[in-house]
Amino acid sequence: MSAREEILNRLRNTHVAEQQAMPDIAGWFGAHRRSEDVVQRTARLRAALEAVHTEIHDVTHDNWSSVLLQVAIGKGLRHILIGATTPHGEQLQACQTKALQLIPYEQPIDTWQDLLFDGVDASLTLARGAVAETGSLILWPTPSEPRLMSLVPSIHFVLLDADTIHEDFYAAMTAESWSEGMPTNALLICGPSKTADIQQTLAYGAHGPKELVVLIRHADGRQA
Amino acid sequence: MNKVVHLHPMDDFKARSKAVLDNAGQRKNFRGAMDFLQTKRRAQFPDQEELQGLRELGSSIRRYSLAHLPRLLEQLEANLTANGVQVHWAQNGPEANAIALKIAQRVHAKRIIKGKSMVSEEVGFNHFMEAAGIEAFESDMGEYIVQLAGEAPSHIIMPAIHKTKQEIAQLFADEVPGVTYTEDVDALIQIGRRVLRRKFAEADIGLSGVNFMVAETGTLCLVENEGNGRMCTTVPKVHIAITGIEKVVEKLEHVPPLLSLLSRSATGQAVTTYVNMISGPRQPDEKDGPQEVHLILLDNGRTQAYADDELRATLQCIRCGACMNHCPVYARIGGHAYGTTYPGPIGSIISPHMLGLDTTYPLAFASTLCGACSEVCPVKIPITDILVRLRNEAQARPETEEATLRGSGAARTLVASTVWGMWSQVYSKSGLYKLASWFMSRGRALSPSEQGAWTRSRTPLVPAPKRLRDLMKDHKS
Amino acid sequence: MNPYGLTDRSYPSKPTDVYLFATCLIDQFTPQAGLDTVKLLEREGIRVHYPVQQTCCGQPAHSSGYPDEARSVALAQLNLFIEPWPVVVPSGSCGGMMRTHYPHLFADDPELHAKAMALAERIYELSEFLVHVVNFNHEDIGEACTIALHTSCHARRQMGVHETSAALLDSLDKVQVKEQARIEECCGFGGTFALLYPDISEAIATDKVASIKNTGASCVVSADCGCLLNISGRAAKQDELSGCKQPSLPGEHLASFLWRRTNGGAA
Repeated sequence: MSAREEILNRLRNTHVAEQQAMPDIAGWFGAHRRSEDVVQRTARLRAALEAVHTEIHDVTHDNWSSVLLQVAIGKGLRHILIGATTPHGEQLQACQTKALQLIPYEQPIDTWQDLLFDGVDASLTLARGAVAETGSLILWPTPSEPRLMSLVPSIHFVLLDADTIHEDFYAAMTAESWSEGMPTNALLICGPSKTADIQQTLAYGAHGPKELVVLIRHADGRQA
Repeated sequence: MNKVVHLHPMDDFKARSKAVLDNAGQRKNFRGAMDFLQTKRRAQFPDQEELQGLRELGSSIRRYSLAHLPRLLEQLEANLTANGVQVHWAQNGPEANAIALKIAQRVHAKRIIKGKSMVSEEVGFNHFMEAAGIEAFESDMGEYIVQLAGEAPSHIIMPAIHKTKQEIAQLFADEVPGVTYTEDVDALIQIGRRVLRRKFAEADIGLSGVNFMVAETGTLCLVENEGNGRMCTTVPKVHIAITGIEKVVEKLEHVPPLLSLLSRSATGQAVTTYVNMISGPRQPDEKDGPQEVHLILLDNGRTQAYADDELRATLQCIRCGACMNHCPVYARIGGHAYGTTYPGPIGSIISPHMLGLDTTYPLAFASTLCGACSEVCPVKIPITDILVRLRNEAQARPETEEATLRGSGAARTLVASTVWGMWSQVYSKSGLYKLASWFMSRGRALSPSEQGAWTRSRTPLVPAPKRLRDLMKDHKS
Repeated sequence: MNPYGLTDRSYPSKPTDVYLFATCLIDQFTPQAGLDTVKLLEREGIRVHYPVQQTCCGQPAHSSGYPDEARSVALAQLNLFIEPWPVVVPSGSCGGMMRTHYPHLFADDPELHAKAMALAERIYELSEFLVHVVNFNHEDIGEACTIALHTSCHARRQMGVHETSAALLDSLDKVQVKEQARIEECCGFGGTFALLYPDISEAIATDKVASIKNTGASCVVSADCGCLLNISGRAAKQDELSGCKQPSLPGEHLASFLWRRTNGGAA
């Protein structure tokens, strides 16, 4: 018999007397949710992210790219990795300045991994949404904005639309029916990478980004 | 790593404990770390009602998952397979290592980069791979430090908790080429970052553990702060995840409550920096991610716990480490003294299934039964009750129906069972008790000044001249 | 709700009669605490019945891994409390054993299980009984003093009554209760744990003594004799080794302390 069958048989041969009802997850979150509007959710997300060393800028559809470039140049960055064919990538390219090189992620990583690890200062990705309760940004890497963009460069810029901020993780996954189909990789990100493995002393910039910069894009006239 | 020495488990455990108790520096490290983690956790749960409600929910999710475990594992396997993940089953450590080695040999792997995985410690993965000529390199900062020092983790969440920054500074200066001594923690972390970035880029295989597996979507969830887990599961061409069969839940919606309990209980964070949900290898239109994803499902004694209605709760564990962070024994002796991969209260109740009660029974007794572990456990495992059950098992009459576990009865001695038999006789019969206690109180002058282990650190116990029953006779209400 | 799943209990109004289960430690080592418990209850107009056949709750065998031996001792107590009166126990540890473990010990015998359940429902730790049933309220006529309170882990986590000892001491005007660091941590006694692992037990007890002494408290009060014997016994041993003649941290059972403070020390 295979290990699989041996293990499953041992489990199947155990009669579990205790019959458990399906846990009521919706009931729990329904009872513990605060019904907040977008402004309150944004404020809560912002506070949670700032508590973990995240830099936040409020932007609009019109000015986000110039704010981004200004912040990037202020940090002395030389290049930003962008998605190959994304509306926001194209928008950024449209207002390109000489001071900053925009590198589109066009080729499979296997052909340029060393450059990514050693020669790219920063990246920009779009967040799919966010979770106000914990300050988590939701990223679903896509073919045009692959997984490593949010991991390898030292500075990670995230563009987040305020109206995609959910109250909690459960609200996000149910509103978007995640259980009907997950991407190869889904991420929640809360702050730059960090560790407290040396004598409980918190240090940022462990293996992932050293800085996380979030541009919260508000619908016009609704800037928080 | 099975570091339990098999000759005199009780003496071994006592000797290892004593070594830490006599080491003032280590005592201070553990105490400081425990205070830190307790304070952080407490700050995450200001609302008792919310905490108790969420614990109840988390417990019900884990109990539901275990009640349906065989079905959920099959559903998980089917959905992972449909997603392109290859699922393997291992009954024990050697089988798990052999599966990983076979994959490594097929892809001609020379280097494996590892994310934090206690299950890989459990099966002795690193030593096995090194013996097969394959480098297994730890990338979690704490794990990297203990590997550099040639040690094992002393805590399941904070592996290098027993070390001071001075010790780590010296270790880096001694072992990492080109590094001069510095106690600056940021600088030390940047040294680790620099070394390990190369390792991520060069590795052929990334190995990780798993925090939760979702049956309905075929998803592996990993939580971490450092980003090394994402590196291990994203950069190398092959990702191998290894975990225990108990880590499955049915629905994706079961993850948020458990995630909240895990991160708040473990490190006192509302959420970890990264929650990494993997549902498949790189697709043809994707530009990065591993080309192969494997999952090794390990039994290694878990089905023994599963078969018992009381001990099954052991498998509810989500490995947060809160039980050890609040344990007065762990706080004094640290993780290495336990001699098992999993230390502290959870280690004392899970290790007997992995290693046998005959070598691990001293751990079942290494608790004051104060209940701090049960109180903080986010999924409400009745740890103290299980410890008592394991004590019963350890002293059960072998070859009888009392003895149900591998190694049951190993701690039974004629002397102890006779003494407890006599004790029971005296205290079950009030006449005998009255007589015995009368002699003790009348003979109090003869009370020994040396009362074994008690008087090594306390003054002797001396019976009162009159028992309460004597005082009550004189008492006029 | 406590980790053992006991929900917050409802308390009866003050009864005319109670049973006392005094515990074997009190019977043999600190009988005055038992007698003071009786006096505290009688002062409230309650008749206290002390079945003399009582011995021990059985916890030592239960927690040492001898369930049959524990069951045999527990069975001898099970039949002693025939009338439906509350059973007051001046120990959270022994009370916890009777309240939470007796039903499990007799789970296989429907008749005994029913008895154990009925008894468990009537078990009250002394401090919770004084606060919730008796509404203890007496003038403090002692000298001003500074003390520390240690609540046993079983009172705290099994019985869920960590607040009542503190409330009783709070009600005494001239008693200042100092809170030691890590107040919730075990004292390291753990019954036979102290004998099996003396080095670990000593380390925990030493820390407990130090944290209490650091508050400046002149004595430690507890509603559990086991913890008291451990903490003050450890302190006394340290006194002995350092040549200190006066006990640096004497211990007193809560019942004796309350009686002494509210009765001028008269018998």
